[in-house]
Amino acid sequence: MRVNGVDHPAPADTRRLLSDHLRHDLGLTGTHVGCEHGVCGCCTVLFDGAPVRSCLMLAVQAEGHEVTTIEGLAADGAPLHPVQQAFHETHGLQCGFCTPGFVMSVVGLLAHNANPSAQEIDEGISGNLCRCTGYASIRRAVQRAAELSKP
Amino acid sequence: MACALLSSLEDAKVLAGGQSLMPLLNFRLARPAHLVDINRIDGFDRIYERDGGIGVQALARQAAVEDSDLVARACPLLRDALRLVAHRVIRNRGTVCGSLAHADPASELPAVLLALGGGVVAMSARGQRVIAAQDLFTGVFETSLRSDELLAEAWFPASPPKSGIHEESRRHGDFALAGVVRAGERLGLFGVAPTPVLADPADPARGLQPSGDLEATAEFRLHLVRVLSDRAFAA
Repeated sequence: MRVNGVDHPAPADTRRLLSDHLRHDLGLTGTHVGCEHGVCGCCTVLFDGAPVRSCLMLAVQAEGHEVTTIEGLAADGAPLHPVQQAFHETHGLQCGFCTPGFVMSVVGLLAHNANPSAQEIDEGISGNLCRCTGYASIRRAVQRAAELSKP
Repeated sequence: MACALLSSLEDAKVLAGGQSLMPLLNFRLARPAHLVDINRIDGFDRIYERDGGIGVQALARQAAVEDSDLVARACPLLRDALRLVAHRVIRNRGTVCGSLAHADPASELPAVLLALGGGVVAMSARGQRVIAAQDLFTGVFETSLRSDELLAEAWFPASPPKSGIHEESRRHGDFALAGVVRAGERLGLFGVAPTPVLADPADPARGLQPSGDLEATAEFRLHLVRVLSDRAFAA
């Protein structure tokens, strides 16, 4: 499977979740694991460009596919991805646990809909939980990310 | 190949989108001996016009069905129902056929299939058969699919002009406390019985004995059925 542009062999253990494989085998600990049943959204990654829950997939299912994690959005030292930049500018994070999942969901949302309405933004982030309840700032971050993503 | 595996393996489960099965595995609520992953079968994700309705194959993701122009034209009820299924990120992976095979009594798609009078194609090494919606759902998370059968395709008849889905849930994307599906003069209910059920629009709560839990009492669920049915037939 290709993770953030680098090819990796599939794990030997067919029971390994994609989320555990990313964190434990590949050391990509930016993908967080919260609920492990698809509710919290913290483990969201891009699978062939579309956001999915990495805790609800087996790692072997990613063989032959392209996975992008939060680490893959911007190289070390390079400018932040527009969605990361927007979260930074608008204080769209507090403790940061949910942030990688939100960012990946928002990348997917904006790829699907470059100009989301307020309702579409709420809809788009409704699958991610923030226990700091920083949703107002996160909404602003999505709006800002849409502005920053315009060519 | 998948059907051959299903017929030869003991205690095998089909893994399609995994958005219901994987949580069960993660919590060890389901411990099948084998998983048959159908995701690598090519050309098994078609959404196409068939027999005055829409055929949805086993690997058609919910998001793809939601975005389909064909579905928007022929069966907007199915599109509207999909928008109530979990969240978009879940729908990117989850499948329509998987939701039907999982048969959660509080889920939307089984009730839509029942209200529309649709059905599914069950495929096995022995051949294939059609199961009508009213014969498919037999209990809580139970269907008439046999252990060697794969739910290969669902068929949703075109939705009549006066159709709609209404539900009440605690939070966006949660399973509904109760929900109703109107398809013309037919009314389907979900979340209030072990399976989706058809009801009389004039007296939708008659004969129902919903369970009560921390989220809603049985009485409240009956109340919701009446209110949501009124709403569906006022539209």
